[in-house]
Amino acid sequence: MVKYFSCAGFLKSSWDQVFLAFWQRYPNPYSNHVLTEDIIFREVTPENCLMSRRLLTKTSRAPRWAEKFLPAHMAQKAYIIEDSVVDPQGRTMTTLTWNISHARVMSIEERCVYRVNPDNNSWTEIKREAWISSNLYGLSRAIQEFGLARFKSSITKTMKGFEYVLAKMQGEMPTRTLAETATVKARETALAAKEKAKDLASQAQKKQYV
Amino acid sequence: MNSVGEGCTELKREYDQCFNRWFAEKFLKGDRSADPCSELFLKYHTCVQKAIKEKDIPVEGVEFMGPNREKADS
Repeated sequence: MVKYFSCAGFLKSSWDQVFLAFWQRYPNPYSNHVLTEDIIFREVTPENCLMSRRLLTKTSRAPRWAEKFLPAHMAQKAYIIEDSVVDPQGRTMTTLTWNISHARVMSIEERCVYRVNPDNNSWTEIKREAWISSNLYGLSRAIQEFGLARFKSSITKTMKGFEYVLAKMQGEMPTRTLAETATVKARETALAAKEKAKDLASQAQKKQYV
Repeated sequence: MNSVGEGCTELKREYDQCFNRWFAEKFLKGDRSADPCSELFLKYHTCVQKAIKEKDIPVEGVEFMGPNREKADS
């Protein structure tokens, strides 16, 4: 069973600034969970598109209710791959990001398409899709709900990080108000989903004794 | 930002600087001249590949845009 999610957002910067910022995203104040970043493959295609593969190490945080169900010595670090294609002619960028560790517990794939905002061509639109699945018997639904909630709140950090880096690049001070509203919303969403996930987990546990 | 290979961070920094300059000044502007960073990338890449092997990171055999799936319903 796979949980699907999609959303769209935009950055108030031009496509070339955003594509440049993409390579300079880390570190930023919202990326403390990202430990390492490496380009492990890069190639320019005959059509002059840039293909890149980035390897990321992130801290792996399981919620407390899940800890008792997970293997005792599960790694605290997660490895993630991000593949991207930048098309400067078409002014688009497509990225695909997924975890190559912990995949049986929870697998998240995210596909993003960046393009010039059709309503304002000095802005950049980001269409984001995610597929979240878990194969852990009995806990799949709870883990997927948790995964989805965490993914949604991580989008906030991603966008804040991007805006921060873009503002720095453009010599401005990053604004806080927009970011703060987003944080509150994200926290509320995460809290609601956390309760739902906890609920599902305790239901799953009860079922075992029937 | 640190590299996954502790000794590779400086090489990464040098490569990143070169890349960012080429990316902004040439690539994005449609200039098709080859990027001048291949040597730096090679040095950096060799270092990182070693670290990846040592840490047993499962990057081998993963197709580019591998899990590229169609839109799925929940």
